[in-house]
Amino acid sequence: MLLPVLLGVSIIAFSLIHLAPGDPARAIAGEHASPQVIHAIEEKYGLDKPLYIQYGIWLKQILHGDFGRSIISHEYVTTEIWDRFPNTFELTILALIFAILIGLPAGIVSASKQYSVLDYASMGIAIFGISIPVFWLGIMLMMIFGVFLGWLPIAGRIDVLCSLDRITGFMVLDSIITGNFAALSSVLRHLILPAIALGTIPMAQIARVTRSSMLEVLRQDFIRTERAKGLSERMVIYKHAVRNAMIPVVTVIGLNFGLLLAGAILTETVFAWPGVGRYVIQGVYARDYPVVQGCVMFFALVFVIVNLITDIIYTYIDPRIHYA
Amino acid sequence: MERKRETRTKELLRRLSYNKAAVFSLAIILIVILCAILAPFIAPNDPNPSPPELYNSLKPGFWSQDGVGGMPLGTDMLGRCVLSRIIYGARISLTAAIVAVAIAMLLGITFGVLAGYHGGWVDSTFMRIVDIMFAFPALLLAIAIVAVLGRGLDKAMIAIGIVYTPQMARIIRSSVLYVREMEYIEAGKAIGSSNRRIIFRHVIPNSMSPVIVYGTLMMASAILDCAALGFLGLGAQPPTPEWGAMLARSYQYIVAGAWWAATFPGIAILLTVLGFNLAGDGLRDALDPRLKM
Repeated sequence: MLLPVLLGVSIIAFSLIHLAPGDPARAIAGEHASPQVIHAIEEKYGLDKPLYIQYGIWLKQILHGDFGRSIISHEYVTTEIWDRFPNTFELTILALIFAILIGLPAGIVSASKQYSVLDYASMGIAIFGISIPVFWLGIMLMMIFGVFLGWLPIAGRIDVLCSLDRITGFMVLDSIITGNFAALSSVLRHLILPAIALGTIPMAQIARVTRSSMLEVLRQDFIRTERAKGLSERMVIYKHAVRNAMIPVVTVIGLNFGLLLAGAILTETVFAWPGVGRYVIQGVYARDYPVVQGCVMFFALVFVIVNLITDIIYTYIDPRIHYA
Repeated sequence: MERKRETRTKELLRRLSYNKAAVFSLAIILIVILCAILAPFIAPNDPNPSPPELYNSLKPGFWSQDGVGGMPLGTDMLGRCVLSRIIYGARISLTAAIVAVAIAMLLGITFGVLAGYHGGWVDSTFMRIVDIMFAFPALLLAIAIVAVLGRGLDKAMIAIGIVYTPQMARIIRSSVLYVREMEYIEAGKAIGSSNRRIIFRHVIPNSMSPVIVYGTLMMASAILDCAALGFLGLGAQPPTPEWGAMLARSYQYIVAGAWWAATFPGIAILLTVLGFNLAGDGLRDALDPRLKM
């Protein structure tokens, strides 16, 4: 299931450069390249061969983790993605934690106190949450907490004055390992606003799905039985209902990871965040096709892996599900 | 007895009118549509004055003494009236979203009906393609398509339409799978109706409720994604008064204290999207009470 999808994804990514208007060799060589240079590039990249052979060569390369070199920086795309990935990863994970920590309880409480003020309030906030443009929310947070109140930095990953040894590339981790708490505090302070901006839409969706899934479960017979046998409402909800309501919630969290990746493109642009999202946009601006191809493949790969993890989590929360 | 004579539309409207959020959402949508249609008559100023009135740049609106008369929401960095640009922006956002959703519906209904009605290899090929397209986050796929087609509002609309197609097709497919087993389809086949007639007269009309609901919700995401592409500089190009592009141009000036130019276009996006989301929720509850959240 996974392999055919990835193969299809690779065909789409491969077609990008060939569907683009203009000659790919010229795109790589630049506008003012001489015919000799273009010819050399055609030979080097196999652009003079039939498409399916080109695809074969390209596929073999990417299976070895080689997406080619950026037209602009001449660095390997894979290296550039790996340099930026930890930044995107830390941002999305923190956003996801924020989304789950608030969205899940909000949904559970809304469902267990259906039609209460609390229910209306959290569902009202949730519908705003799914309607808000993530980039505008980022701008507003930046404006209020960064510019007007001056509590938090408005852009970047870490203060310029902070030095931090890179070990893993994950700045939060690196600063903890090296015991550099000045850097840790700076890194975390830079993370807060982008993470909240990015996490708000998933938070709202998680809250909405948790609520409707809980309501569905709470109507079922075994819940009535439990209430009838005198189990406390607390036990009914937290021990039995929540666990049974989790399947759609986990699905939505998995799907939201895709939204988070897409949102990261916007959030990283707003907050000048040096991640993969900003990298792909810069690639699109510069018509740097190897970069766009590499990032598209990379995002799709991450998304597919996350969906796989989601499937595995199902079997843990619901022992009735088995994968042969 | 009286109620039986109600048309489906009337019944739908009656059910919607019980839902306060839905009524509110229809009001928002109506206001946005009116803004779009009547823009030249209600906008206080020219959205793109030529030559630009640079001496008016980044002036605050009605809340401040320093404002310029006749520019209630202030001006942007080129001295253009923010309110007028927002009103004109309604035209662009609505058109873009309608075109994108229309593309998704046209392609989605075609593929979805074919896959669902015929089944077999048509269906399995279709489902594999959908799986592949779902492996991309929607906005990323739209960005990749724009990277191929080039920047511009028209290309952004096409990209968003293509990206939404598999979602729409899958919704229609599952709806068709259900309708196809109905007795009236069997009856149609028994009296010798052609496939074409059965599809157009029976299958499509009876598969429409989820299409209406998801089409409305899709309008909301299309407006968001179109604004996002505009914000990234890949959609509408300046000086087009598109809401997302307006934000992209003005948010750097918040450091200088000019918050209005980056605030109001976002509120316009938020309210319009909210309108379509609430309307979609309301339609779902009214058309299919079983799905009620």
